[in-house]
Amino acid sequence: MSAFSAIGAHGDVESTDFTPGIEPQPTWCPGCGDFGVLKALKQAMPEVGRSPDEVLLVTGIGCSGKLNSYFESYGFHTIHGRSLPVARAAKLANPGLEVIAAGGDGDGYGIGGNHFMHTARENHDLTYIVFNNEVFGLTKGQTSPTSPKGHKSKTQPHGSAKDPVRPLSLSLASGSSYIARTAAVNPRQAKDILVEAMQHDGFAHVDFLTQCPTWNKDAKQYVPYTDVNESDDYDWDETDREEAGHMMYEVESALYEGEVLTGRFYHDPDRPSYQAEKQRIGEMPTTPLAERYADPDATWERSFDLLDVHR
Amino acid sequence: MTDELIWRIAGGSGDGIDSTSQNFAKALMRSGLHIFTHRHYPSRIRGGHTYAQIRASAEPVTSRGDGYNFLLALGDSFGRSQTGEYAVYGNEELKPLTENLHDLREGGVIVYDSGLIDIDDVPDFDEQVEANGWHVYPLDLRALARDVGREVMRNTAGVGATAALTGIDLSYIEDLMSDTMHGDTLEQNLEILETAYESVLADYDVEANGLEVPTGTHERDQVLVSGSHAIAYGAIDEGCRFISGYPMTPWTDVFTIMSQLLPDIGGISEQVEDEIAAAALAIGASHAGAKAMSGSSGGGFALMSEPLGLAEMVEEPVVLVEAMRAGPSTGMPTKTEQGDLEHVLYTSQGDSTRVVFAPGTPEEAYEQTRLAFQVAYDYNVPTIVIYDQKLGGEYRTMDAAVFDRDPNPSMGGTLAESDLEDAPHHASGKFERFRYDAADGVSPRSLPGQAGGRFLATGNEHWPAGHIAEDPANRVKQMERRLSKYDAIRRFLDGRDGSNQTAYGPADAAYGILTWGSNQGTVEEAVDRLNADGDRVKALGVSDLRPFPVAAVTAFLESVDEALVVEMNATGQFRGLVQRELGRHGDKLYSLLKYDGEPFEPAEIVDAFETRVDGGVETEPRYNTRVVPAAGDLQ
Repeated sequence: MSAFSAIGAHGDVESTDFTPGIEPQPTWCPGCGDFGVLKALKQAMPEVGRSPDEVLLVTGIGCSGKLNSYFESYGFHTIHGRSLPVARAAKLANPGLEVIAAGGDGDGYGIGGNHFMHTARENHDLTYIVFNNEVFGLTKGQTSPTSPKGHKSKTQPHGSAKDPVRPLSLSLASGSSYIARTAAVNPRQAKDILVEAMQHDGFAHVDFLTQCPTWNKDAKQYVPYTDVNESDDYDWDETDREEAGHMMYEVESALYEGEVLTGRFYHDPDRPSYQAEKQRIGEMPTTPLAERYADPDATWERSFDLLDVHR
Repeated sequence: MTDELIWRIAGGSGDGIDSTSQNFAKALMRSGLHIFTHRHYPSRIRGGHTYAQIRASAEPVTSRGDGYNFLLALGDSFGRSQTGEYAVYGNEELKPLTENLHDLREGGVIVYDSGLIDIDDVPDFDEQVEANGWHVYPLDLRALARDVGREVMRNTAGVGATAALTGIDLSYIEDLMSDTMHGDTLEQNLEILETAYESVLADYDVEANGLEVPTGTHERDQVLVSGSHAIAYGAIDEGCRFISGYPMTPWTDVFTIMSQLLPDIGGISEQVEDEIAAAALAIGASHAGAKAMSGSSGGGFALMSEPLGLAEMVEEPVVLVEAMRAGPSTGMPTKTEQGDLEHVLYTSQGDSTRVVFAPGTPEEAYEQTRLAFQVAYDYNVPTIVIYDQKLGGEYRTMDAAVFDRDPNPSMGGTLAESDLEDAPHHASGKFERFRYDAADGVSPRSLPGQAGGRFLATGNEHWPAGHIAEDPANRVKQMERRLSKYDAIRRFLDGRDGSNQTAYGPADAAYGILTWGSNQGTVEEAVDRLNADGDRVKALGVSDLRPFPVAAVTAFLESVDEALVVEMNATGQFRGLVQRELGRHGDKLYSLLKYDGEPFEPAEIVDAFETRVDGGVETEPRYNTRVVPAAGDLQ
């Protein structure tokens, strides 16, 4: 019998189940794109069929890190840039959980960039939502890794001399097996993409454009946008790394010229998740590790029985 | 018969010094002796002077001893030797006979490989031999090995010569070789061993050197174990089945041992991108319900600073180990030091709630690693086991029965799902994970996936159900509850059978030696010698660094006139901790410091005591140590 009865219970799930019983006053500004992420995520959950008790939402630091304050599930609001290593270990210890990681563009592409690269490489079965508003919001508007070249802020008074990170291309090169971009202003597409990302067995990276009406007034609120999967103007094979790479380069370049292209760009349904790879080589138990501690009949090996090499 | 053999094998990194000495140490153990080993090696893969030392005695031994009485000088076969006035590293081939040769005891034995070492290149060799009464055996070990097998087997020839010169029964060595080698390699090594043995017996009057291996018997089943093994075994016996890490000397030993064992016992090991991730993974795995650990050495542990603070704030049980090496920065990666005490106690922002243990011996390392898991998972705090390259890398004989204990996979601070329904919940529906009124300050946790246990864990200050809070009254209550665990843990530690603080020597002694961590055994040996010389000395080895055993250390210091605080760092970090925690007795505390990368020998502590403490007259230092006089209490 599972010690975690919520996992796999397959009850009816409503999106309102993910609204806290007493909802804290959000600290997000009116018009903030973060509301769009919260709404899309709540709406995606019934389609995924997971209940609040079997979801672990791990966040970093920033406005985006407050997501689990307003979303009802198990939540872990960690430290700046470190949501991914916390999330992937929780998934390894209890693979039955639906583990979602979320953070901002500074959190994921800046301070946590190393973890982003390696979590993608390892293809952990996680959904990673990056709130990309091209600016540091909570600390009041400094230039971020995705701010366009020339972006002026109090810490870049003459405009940023740096080219922005290309998050989709970086994700592809690192090894993500599902890569999409959506925008807070397109809730229907956002919901669909989050459903796909959660259902994908592997590392699913969603670059979520979240307008910042307070600190990034120059941005055009990401409207109008084009859904490239619906448009006849774009044709590429989503499962082909090379074609996806060209597409991403085009999409990233277009954003800095004011054109918002969104959609699913890459999808590898065949690549085994890290957990599957690790079990295949015999380095991960097939029964969830977390279950063993709650099992009164479990037997535990003793070091005393491992001492022959010392005699 | 001599009472002990201290055998040093010296050559180059990559010459197989370590594996040869491991086998020889085990053979001596099997013959009935007690063993203590010491390794000296450079931070290089190939080339560079390295040695391993084995102390073997019929009586239990607790330190590396003083100097050595048998030198097997192989010389560095990979040495890219430099000569001339401006050579930075000098002649590596000769280093066994030029570095620390003065530590070879009077009347000691030297076997050197004349196939590699040209003795004429060693300055003043003959004069030194004559002055010290050394017995010298030049043997062409290289040729001997080459004739039967390959040159790299010259180590075996050296072991055969050692056996002949000290009267060791070859069968113990042959048995060990048979356990660890196979096929042609085994056949050739056995032949080389025997050939060397016989040729030395034929060519020399082996009894003339006066050195004979002691004989002994073990009353109980013995195992040859390092501190790193003891830590890993303590973790396994507490049900730890998750480790995450990044390689760094000397922590890598624990990480390697665990990584090799865990897959076969249902565990998971993760080598990750950096130490920030390593600590964060251990926290994530623990959060989901596994007993987890991570660790590193100085620089890597510095990267764990922020995750450590997170674990304190969200009250996540996790065990970290910190293996000290000589710092600052990259320092001397393969050399020992106790310079990270303050780093481990104070790193990370805010008022901390970590628990820190510093075991003094492999047996303590096993016990205190187990204790670290118990405290972490019963009180929901991060705990740290701090040790050093010396404790991690030294092998010593131990009673196997030390490990014959029941496993303990329990997590006292975690609720079962069945307990959650009746547990207090906030009006929002969230489980109250951080309640003010928790007994001993320990508000139990739920685990993701349990029905009805939802809460928010956050590094921000928070309300009882986890919501982010900046309310002053809540802040004070949560801070005081978290800190109150220290009192509860101190009570728990004091209420156990046996203390983590190891007292040694006569209770009524007038003088004290206070130490922490891996100096324990060396100090004990020094205490024995001082008392044999007519002094009245006792020692206290402290392992609980936080919460500090104020009562035990106070009682010790009140009972003595003066105390020498022995530690391996340059600034007396432990003495500073004692003064900070006690606030008095500063006028009694002398320091004996060593920070040259080598562990103390007992003679250094005896010397410091006799010349500086106990009314002694300060003399020119005879060792690479420093004594700092008592400076009174902190102002």
